[in-house]
Amino acid sequence: MNPTPILIRKEIRDGLRNRWVLAITALLAMLALSLGFLGSAPTGTVKVDPLTVTVVSLSSLSIFLIPLIAMLLSYDAIVGEIDRGTMALLLSYPIARRQVLAGKFLGHLAILALATVAGYGIAGLALQLAHGGLDLEAWTPFALLIAASILLGASFLSLGYLISALVQERATAAGVAIGVWLFLVVIYDMVLLGVLVADQGRIITAPLLNTILLFNPTDVYRLLNLTGHENIAMFAGMAGLSDQATLSTGILVLAQILWIVVPLGLAAVVFNRRAL
Amino acid sequence: MTVTAPPIELRSVTKRYAALRAVDNVSLFIEPGECVILAGHNGAGKSTLIKLILGLIRPEAGSVRVLGEAVGTPAAARARRHIGYLPETVALHPSLTGAETLAFYAHLKGLSTDGNTALLSRVGIAEAARRRVGGYSKGMRQRLALAQALLGTPRVLLLDEPTTGLDPASRLLFYDIVRELRDAGVAILLSTHALAELEGLADRVIVMCKGQKIADGTLGDLRREADLPVRIRLTLDTDPIQPPEGWRRLGANRIELTCAEADKLNRLRDAQAIPNIRDIELEHPGLDEMYAQFLRREDA
Repeated sequence: MNPTPILIRKEIRDGLRNRWVLAITALLAMLALSLGFLGSAPTGTVKVDPLTVTVVSLSSLSIFLIPLIAMLLSYDAIVGEIDRGTMALLLSYPIARRQVLAGKFLGHLAILALATVAGYGIAGLALQLAHGGLDLEAWTPFALLIAASILLGASFLSLGYLISALVQERATAAGVAIGVWLFLVVIYDMVLLGVLVADQGRIITAPLLNTILLFNPTDVYRLLNLTGHENIAMFAGMAGLSDQATLSTGILVLAQILWIVVPLGLAAVVFNRRAL
Repeated sequence: MTVTAPPIELRSVTKRYAALRAVDNVSLFIEPGECVILAGHNGAGKSTLIKLILGLIRPEAGSVRVLGEAVGTPAAARARRHIGYLPETVALHPSLTGAETLAFYAHLKGLSTDGNTALLSRVGIAEAARRRVGGYSKGMRQRLALAQALLGTPRVLLLDEPTTGLDPASRLLFYDIVRELRDAGVAILLSTHALAELEGLADRVIVMCKGQKIADGTLGDLRREADLPVRIRLTLDTDPIQPPEGWRRLGANRIELTCAEADKLNRLRDAQAIPNIRDIELEHPGLDEMYAQFLRREDA
C-alpha cells in the first residue's frame, strides 16, 4: 500500500483544522474583492468585464502574496518535523523519505490550491454578480490567473522544502525563506531594472532579457499572466512588450514546472542524505 | 532472510559525529522474547544505537540487520512494519484526536483500524480517544505513543526512555505491557535511567559509556562482574551482645555480614553454625549500584 495518499490526507486535515485554509482563503478573497471593486470603477463606461481588469491588479498582488503564503506553509515542513521528533517516528514506519516528501508537498499544494480557487473564485463571482451578472467568457483569463497562481505557489513551496531540508534549525529556515522571498519577489527585478537602465540595451538584448526572466519564478508568472492573454496584455500595458516577447506560453509553463521539479528534487536528495 | 537470524543484530558498528564517536565498535544481538535494558548517561550513545537500528542514521563501519534484513535496503524498509518504536521525546500531531492519530499510524503500517479501540483501552485512554492530542497530559501522550508502537503485533520493540516523566500508575501499566510482549516472543530493547524499576523485567543489561559497550550480560553476570559486596543479615532469637567474628550488630536481635559475591555461598554455609537463627536475608546490590560501579571503573 502506498503511504503517500495517507500523508496527503493528513496534511490537508491539518490545514483545515489549524485554520490555514480558512485564513488563506479569507485573505485572498478579501484582497481580490477590494482590488476588484476599487479597480473596476472605470469599467462601467468602457464596458470591459470587471474580471479582466481585476486579473491585472490581482496578478501583481499574487506575485507578493502567493509566494509568501507558500513559504510560510513549507519552511517548517522538514526541519520542523525533525525538530519536534515527529519525523523520526514517521520514518520508523514502512515509508520511504521520498514518499514523506511527496505526501507532505502534495498535501501543502492541495491546501494552497484549495484556498486560491476558493478565495479568488468567491471574489470573482461576487464581482461579476455586482456588475450585472455572470459572463463565462471573462472567466478564461481569470481561471488562467488562478492556475498560474497555483503553479507559482507550487514553485515557492518547492523552494521552501529545499530550504527546510538544508538548514538545521527552524528559525534559520524562517529567515532564509523570507530572504529568498525578498530576493525573488523584490530585489531581482529592481536590480535587473537598474542594470537595464544603465546598459541601454547594449549587452542585454531582448532574447537575453527573456532568458534572465526565466531564472525567477515570479517573472515567469508575470509573463504568463500579463502577456499570455490578449485582453490582459492590453490593460496591463504589456501589449507592446508581448509583441516582442518571444517566449511562448508553452516555454513559460515549462519553466514554471522546472521551478517546481528542480528544487523539490534537490530537497529529496538532501533529505535522503540527512541524519536524523 | 534466515529463520535463525536474531531480530536485532549489530556487528562492530561505529557511528561518528565529527570527531565524536557516538557509537564505537558496538556489537549487539537480541533474541525473540528477550528484553534488553540499555543503560548509560545522557550522551552515552543509547539513542544513537536505536536510531541506527531504525535506519534513521547510517553507520560508518559495521553492519546493522533487523529481522534478518540489512538496514538501508528496501527489504528492511518493508520489515519496519514489524517494528514498534517509542521515541525519547514523544511528538504527536496536536491537531489530531487520539483515535485519528492511531488510525494514521495504523494505515501507514497497512493495517485496518479494527483493533484500535481495544488498543486504546489497553493503554487506558479509550475515553479520551475523541479528544485532540494537543489537550492531552504528558502521561496520556506517552500512553498514546505506546499504543502506536504496539500496532500490528510488532516483533521488535524499541523503547527510548519510555517511562521518563510518567506517574507510577502509568509506569506499572507500561511494565505490564512490556512483560506481556516479551512473554509473547517480542525482542525488546529498552533504554532507560530508571534501572531499579526494571530489575524484574530485564533478561539482559547493556551499559554504554562514551559510545562503547562496557558491560553486557544477565543480572547475575553483571553482579559477578561488578563484584560489589553482598550483605547477609540474620535475625536471631536472642540478642547477641558479642556478635560472631566478622559480623556487625545492627540492632536488637540483628547482625550483618558484608562479603564478596564470589564468597557468598561459603559465608552462608558458615552462618548456619550460628545458633538461634530465626531468619536469613540476603541483600544484593541493585542495578543502580552495579551501573554506578561500572561507570566508576570506566572513569578510573
